Amino acid sequence: MPTTYIKAIRDAMFEEMKRDENVFILGEDVGILGGAFKATDGFLKEFGPERVIDTPIAESLIVGAAIGAAVLGMRPIAEIQFADFISCAYDQIINMAATLRYRHGGGAQVPMVIRGPSGAGVHGGLFHSQNPESYFLSVPGLKMVAPATAYDAKGLLKAAIRDDDPVLFFEHKYLYRRIQEELPEEDYIVPLGKAAVRREGSDMTFITYSSMLYPSLTAAERLEKEDGLRVEVIDLRSLRPLDWETLFGSVRKTNKVVIIHEDRRTGGIGGEIAARLAEECFDSLDGPIVRVASEDTHYAFSPPLEEFILPNVDKILAKARALAAY
Amino acid sequence: MEMKEDQELYFYLKLTREFEDRVSKLHLQGKILGGVYSGKGQEAIVVGVCYGLQREDFICPIHRDMGAFLVKGVDPKRLMAQLFGKKTGLSKGKDSFLHAGDLERGIFGATSMLASTLPVAAGAALKFRMRKEPHVAIAFFGEGASSRGDFHETLNFAGIHKLPVIFVCENNFYAYSTPQNAQMAVEDVAIRAEGYGFKGAVCSGNDLHAVMRTAHAAIDRARHGEGPTLIECKTYRYHGHSEHDQPFYRPKEELIEWESRDPIQRFEIYLEKKGYNVDQMKAETEKQIKEIVDEAVQFAEESPYPEGKEAMEDLYANPF
Ligand SMILES: Cc1ncc(C[n+]2csc(CCOP(=O)(O)OP(=O)(O)O)c2C)c(N)n1
Ligand SMILES: [Mg+2]
Repeated sequence: MPTTYIKAIRDAMFEEMKRDENVFILGEDVGILGGAFKATDGFLKEFGPERVIDTPIAESLIVGAAIGAAVLGMRPIAEIQFADFISCAYDQIINMAATLRYRHGGGAQVPMVIRGPSGAGVHGGLFHSQNPESYFLSVPGLKMVAPATAYDAKGLLKAAIRDDDPVLFFEHKYLYRRIQEELPEEDYIVPLGKAAVRREGSDMTFITYSSMLYPSLTAAERLEKEDGLRVEVIDLRSLRPLDWETLFGSVRKTNKVVIIHEDRRTGGIGGEIAARLAEECFDSLDGPIVRVASEDTHYAFSPPLEEFILPNVDKILAKARALAAY
Repeated sequence: MEMKEDQELYFYLKLTREFEDRVSKLHLQGKILGGVYSGKGQEAIVVGVCYGLQREDFICPIHRDMGAFLVKGVDPKRLMAQLFGKKTGLSKGKDSFLHAGDLERGIFGATSMLASTLPVAAGAALKFRMRKEPHVAIAFFGEGASSRGDFHETLNFAGIHKLPVIFVCENNFYAYSTPQNAQMAVEDVAIRAEGYGFKGAVCSGNDLHAVMRTAHAAIDRARHGEGPTLIECKTYRYHGHSEHDQPFYRPKEELIEWESRDPIQRFEIYLEKKGYNVDQMKAETEKQIKEIVDEAVQFAEESPYPEGKEAMEDLYANPF
């Protein structure tokens, strides 16, 4: 039976809690309710209230308490009900968790995961649609992943739980029940820091991650059919560490790059990728590095506004065709 | 005078309920996208606190406080258009549900981040104090929100400066699925006030008169420079957390008990004891309200959506 993206996340946590009794979950409504999106459905019954903790509405506490338990060897998973509310735990993440090992001179580690449903496209409005990755991009000491497939959601979450550093795990709520695939029976992980080439090509590289993988693939297929262009599509999967070698290799082959993400253009990871590619692959580039990202505004609610803001297949096609003309 | 007041209070209670019931129905029909949170069962709190406020009094309603918008005088048409994401709504389609204010009427729009309006209410009260204006700021919030730092930081500050601010906690015993005993180790949120050097008061949120007595005493004190009050109104939400939620986590019996303490029926009993012809009053009010809500829905449905490019508007006072 195929597994949905949300079920893959659930299964990853369930299996890791079975495997390692140091793993536990804390967050709002994770116990009795089984999570606002059912990511922890059945966990309270299976693992009991000691390891599945319904917290008060207190994000700073959720993350801070996870840090405290983690430095003493536990492996907490802190759930933020919507990734937007991670702002309420910002200090604990960027100051407490991120600098912890550094200021202990390497004598401490923070093996924890902070999960949060992110992303737009579901009529969530300003505070239930955000892509918070750029709020954390400039902060060393944190790892960050954003899976696009059910396989990766499960494998990356397992890898994140087993990792000894704090990992931000941004799962796209649009994908929760919209995608599914057959997953292996046996235990597997997807290593942090490895991109996946979803489609091979020689004329142009699309660099993307999370839900934007799908419009990127659709656009790539259409470019092949309608324009005879062979587009390579790379799914980053991990935003930190980022798989630079795979990107450099692809760009040196295709010489043209479009970066596609749902996070906003200004401050989004696309800017950093473009800068690095310009530094490292300048000689290979046959055109400007272009970006398709959300407009520099808030994730507005009304359907025409949201459609205007978010990237889509047509916007990708327009940028790619203009680039192809170089 | 008193008769007018009784009629108005009844009107606002009923309007709030009918408006919200209609919103729930529209949501079920797929006409309202995004999250819908019903305050059904809790109407007496916002109606009781907001009734009689001055236009300049600054209120910070949250997700179950539709009635606050109505009592403070927002046109039901614009309010409905807001929920539809239409251009004629309070936020011109920028955000959903009650994340919009109307500063002309002293209504501050909240974000989703619970308790985050409390510091803002303190700032509004600070302004009233600095400018020697006789107004008050009122922040509404659920008992769940009282777990956040913003709540505690604000109460501390308000206590130090004896600010003209009233904190109204709508304690409906659940934060989404989480029961009160998993949220706090005390029975009354109101006792938190003591720790910050001012008074807390508990009242039944389903008893309009109890709410009004408690709120008006607090508002009076605030207007006279006697500082903040934390009011806790015990109540119950009839619906799930949002219209998507089937509240399996609450015992059925509990809902039945609370429904039998319905704030509107209770007010009707009061009216009857006072000698009004309640049947007639009810029929007339319902007819009047149905027209208002019908008209609001029609307005919202017929209103245009904003154009896509308006997504880039209203970001700056001085656009560049
Ligand atoms: C900071 C923050 N964390 C989590 C949420 C998600 N959330 C929305 S409403 C809610 C429960 C609120 O409970 P309470 O404050 O008691 O208000 P009620 O809904 O019961 O009226 C939660 C957890 C949020 N909106 N903001
Ligand atoms: Mg509550």
